[in-house]
Amino acid sequence: MKEGVGTTGLILNEPFLWEKGKKGRMGFSLPNNDVPSSPLVAELLGEGPDFPDLSEVDVVRHYTRLSTWNFGVDSGMYPLGSCTMKYNPKTNERQASLPGLAQAHPLLPTELAQGALKIMFDLQEHLAEITGLPAVSLQPAAGAQGELTGMLLFYAFHMMNKERRTKILIPDTAHGTNPASAALCGFRSVPVASNAQGVLAPDDVEALMDEDTAGIMVTNPNTLGLFEEHIKQISEIVHTKGGLVYADGANMNAVMGMVNMADLGVDVLHLNLHKTFSTPHGGGGPGSGPVCVTKKLEPFLPVPRVMHVKNRYELSYDFPESIGKVHAFYGNFGIQIRAYSYILSMGDQLKTASQLAVLNANYLKESLRDIFHLPYDKPCMHECVFTDKHQQAFKVSTLDIAKRLIDYGFHPPTIYFPLVVQGALMMEPTETESKENLDDFIEALRQIVQEAKDNPELLLQAPIKTKVRRLDETMAARKPCLAG
Amino acid sequence: MKELSELNFPDDVMYSDDHEWTKMENDEAVIGISDYAQDQLGDIVFVELPQVGETFEKGAEFGTVESVKAVSELFLPVGGEIIAVNDALEDTPELVNNEPYTGGWMLRIKLSDKSELDQLMNKSAYLESLKG
Repeated sequence: MKEGVGTTGLILNEPFLWEKGKKGRMGFSLPNNDVPSSPLVAELLGEGPDFPDLSEVDVVRHYTRLSTWNFGVDSGMYPLGSCTMKYNPKTNERQASLPGLAQAHPLLPTELAQGALKIMFDLQEHLAEITGLPAVSLQPAAGAQGELTGMLLFYAFHMMNKERRTKILIPDTAHGTNPASAALCGFRSVPVASNAQGVLAPDDVEALMDEDTAGIMVTNPNTLGLFEEHIKQISEIVHTKGGLVYADGANMNAVMGMVNMADLGVDVLHLNLHKTFSTPHGGGGPGSGPVCVTKKLEPFLPVPRVMHVKNRYELSYDFPESIGKVHAFYGNFGIQIRAYSYILSMGDQLKTASQLAVLNANYLKESLRDIFHLPYDKPCMHECVFTDKHQQAFKVSTLDIAKRLIDYGFHPPTIYFPLVVQGALMMEPTETESKENLDDFIEALRQIVQEAKDNPELLLQAPIKTKVRRLDETMAARKPCLAG
Repeated sequence: MKELSELNFPDDVMYSDDHEWTKMENDEAVIGISDYAQDQLGDIVFVELPQVGETFEKGAEFGTVESVKAVSELFLPVGGEIIAVNDALEDTPELVNNEPYTGGWMLRIKLSDKSELDQLMNKSAYLESLKG
């Protein structure tokens, strides 16, 4: 058997910076004072913040050591379902760190920020082309804020028609943020059960859709990794009753350049640039959740909007029906640059990326179906969902399998989600992984399943090779100790 | 998770499809979740219960239980007015795991309609439904 990537090595301990500091150390030298001293204004005086005194090498070693305790997509495969943990190309970082962009002040007059505005305008155009929805706002800071923005657009649209609709339909395969975003906007969420095939049935939507319902929030493909094949019919049902269709774009990596969302009847879609468009994700920096809408909803988009008028780029607030601002300035601009860099680098290969993401997920599904229970046996999109049903006889669960994967050098998949599948293991390999990497991952899971039979204790104790062993999640939730 | 044979299903309580149990004590019903339900949920870290004095219909959502895996809704097996809730669960939600039928009780209610009790299952009917 070939040696896997999961191994142990010298792991360096590291204290908190506050414990490390020593009075008088510093990382820079202040120049000599060459102006006369003057007393400080009394009301500005007080105790300074409690910062430790540290040298440059103290700080560099501190964060370098912490980084070695971590696992990221730069270290290995990260098949976290519905999260699209694809590789973040380094060229994105290079473009975003260009001084003219990185140091641009958000209050610069527009005539001095034409480059930055062009990037935003062009990015909007590209996202419109990729989704098929013509108007875009880059403001929302991440997916859930995109959802909230979408719900505010729904509200504004119905208010314009002098309607106050109170309900919103949400499938049971939705991300948990969907009902939360709807509730934050004052809507009551009405769950729609998916059918035996794992998708929405038009009849079920028809039965629930009425004139008090603002619309539906659909994720397509859904969190079972299945394409909502009746989406067009469902959109018609919702539209007929005067409702709107929101698409959660969390799983857009399955369908970039493949599906025109407007043709499916989608009115609003949010994108996660930090998923689909390869910007840092999960503790790696801020996200970005642009919303793309039909012409019908364009007047309500957040302001300011980036306009291209007479060869110049401008910021316009002149949209009286706008829902207003949803983010300081113009959204997370640094992330927008990275996504723009990705889109320009990929060009029409974006479509290939989606095709390969789907191919990889189906390869995993077919390669693992003999060892894991597959609750929905049909071709999947960019992710596949298994369960621990076959492993229960050995008293090991999804959690134990996930923890043991860490010892093999892989990030665990998403577990216990979607909620409609008991003991779910939800895997999304993304297009990043080569066939060799996928085969290593499959082999690791095969060995783990064998261990579950021969020596289940290995799984129950896992992870055993990490700096920190299995955490007591129950104690952490019941008796949290918040310190730092 | 345990086998059905390892779980405890007392004879003196009645069970609902949603895995809540109901036990009559004089004219009041005591309500909690079954051993099967707590075992499926795993370690419970938070229990959200209603206020005393609220009235719910049979089948209404009266609260939630949060485990390390997920948040699940609780449904009232019989309708009525809440006359007591188990405040101990606020600080020690693990009672639901450790003593689902005793220290882990959730509500005490005054029944709106006693005939609703007839729709609940006894131990053997509940066990049958779990075997599915």
